[in-house]
Amino acid sequence: MSKDQALIAYVTRMGDNAIVMAQRLSEWVGHGPELEEEMAMSNFALDYVGQARMFFSYAGELDGKGRSDDDICFLRDGWDYGNVLLVEQPNGDFGETIARLVLFETFYSLQLEALATSPATKLAEIAARAIKESTYHLRHASNWLIRLGDGTDESHRRVQNAIDRLWTYTGELFEADPVDQIMQSEWQGPDLTVLREYWHRQIDESLAKATLQKPEDGWMDSGGKGGHHSEHLGYILAEMQSLQRTYPGANW
Amino acid sequence: MQAARKTLETSAWEILEQIPDPEIPVLSIVDLGIVRSVEVDGAKVTVGVAPTYSGCPATEFIEDSVVKSLQSGGITLVSIRRVLSPPWTSDWISDRGREKLRKYGIAPPEKGAAARGRLLGDPMATERIVACPRCGAENTEKVSEFGSTACKASYKCIECLEPFEYFKCI
Repeated sequence: MSKDQALIAYVTRMGDNAIVMAQRLSEWVGHGPELEEEMAMSNFALDYVGQARMFFSYAGELDGKGRSDDDICFLRDGWDYGNVLLVEQPNGDFGETIARLVLFETFYSLQLEALATSPATKLAEIAARAIKESTYHLRHASNWLIRLGDGTDESHRRVQNAIDRLWTYTGELFEADPVDQIMQSEWQGPDLTVLREYWHRQIDESLAKATLQKPEDGWMDSGGKGGHHSEHLGYILAEMQSLQRTYPGANW
Repeated sequence: MQAARKTLETSAWEILEQIPDPEIPVLSIVDLGIVRSVEVDGAKVTVGVAPTYSGCPATEFIEDSVVKSLQSGGITLVSIRRVLSPPWTSDWISDRGREKLRKYGIAPPEKGAAARGRLLGDPMATERIVACPRCGAENTEKVSEFGSTACKASYKCIECLEPFEYFKCI
């Protein structure tokens, strides 16, 4: 794989993570525990859609095949999607959505911070833009983690279960495949072993404040980066792409 | 030639200053700080526009209104360049823009709040005093970090009981 191919694959994956997060969070519209949180989740979803568009547009520019952001988003199937398994897991209850946000955003904000100095200038610019939003999301989700974890017995039990359930998907975040390796050596992408240490430190802190237990690292599920997904992604794409599949080339 | 270029640039800025932000019409897009540059090349004008939020649904609408407004102002060759760097933060809002926001009933963002240290500091240490834009009281309460648009949070004043919006610091 050439260094340019690795960059295209990497940028597309970042768009995939963002768009799948956007889809999941927007499922809360009409179902939020309270109006303000519904707005919060849809605001986050909107930020993710915007970020996905920037990543996809950039990937399209790089590969020079004339693909637009919409083409990349709507005209690929599950095996072409390289999002991590963590982001495609169902929302569960509100606590589980918050737990996933904290686990993912802690990773994502570190990833963006590392990329903000990449010699791939456009990627660095997108990262610098997105990190501001990511930080806001993380702050909000971390505060909720504390309210739920340090809340009632019921909220504590539920959010602890959510962390335990999602933990198996966190290993993949730090598995460096050839794309990650080339990104690191050629484009100053993050060193995932270092990033993992930072992540653990931050997660330790977030869980401690929320009086939650950190699960033991056990068997970790993975495969998303390489297009091997859980059954959940297919449903997300079926819903998201239904219009393009029914009326190819349809415009707003 | 130099003079003509100057005039074209000046009149472009004058027109841009009249274009309202679609979601906060009291602010012009220049007050908001999203017009980064006006470059003149012969008869062609290129406007650099920075989006506020990645997913701001108004981005395309704003770009469209820039083109249309300049064209109806007699500048026919217009192109838009989207500027990502340096990213927009609430610090880009002009002083005049802040005053307009306050008069409109939206508490303006604190200046300098987007500085890195504050932004990435302890997530719990970011509570700040937001004065009520109507009565000026500092006894206000955050209702939600989120509001009617991506760039605003919801507050209420404990003194005069008015709900109001706060332009988020990002």
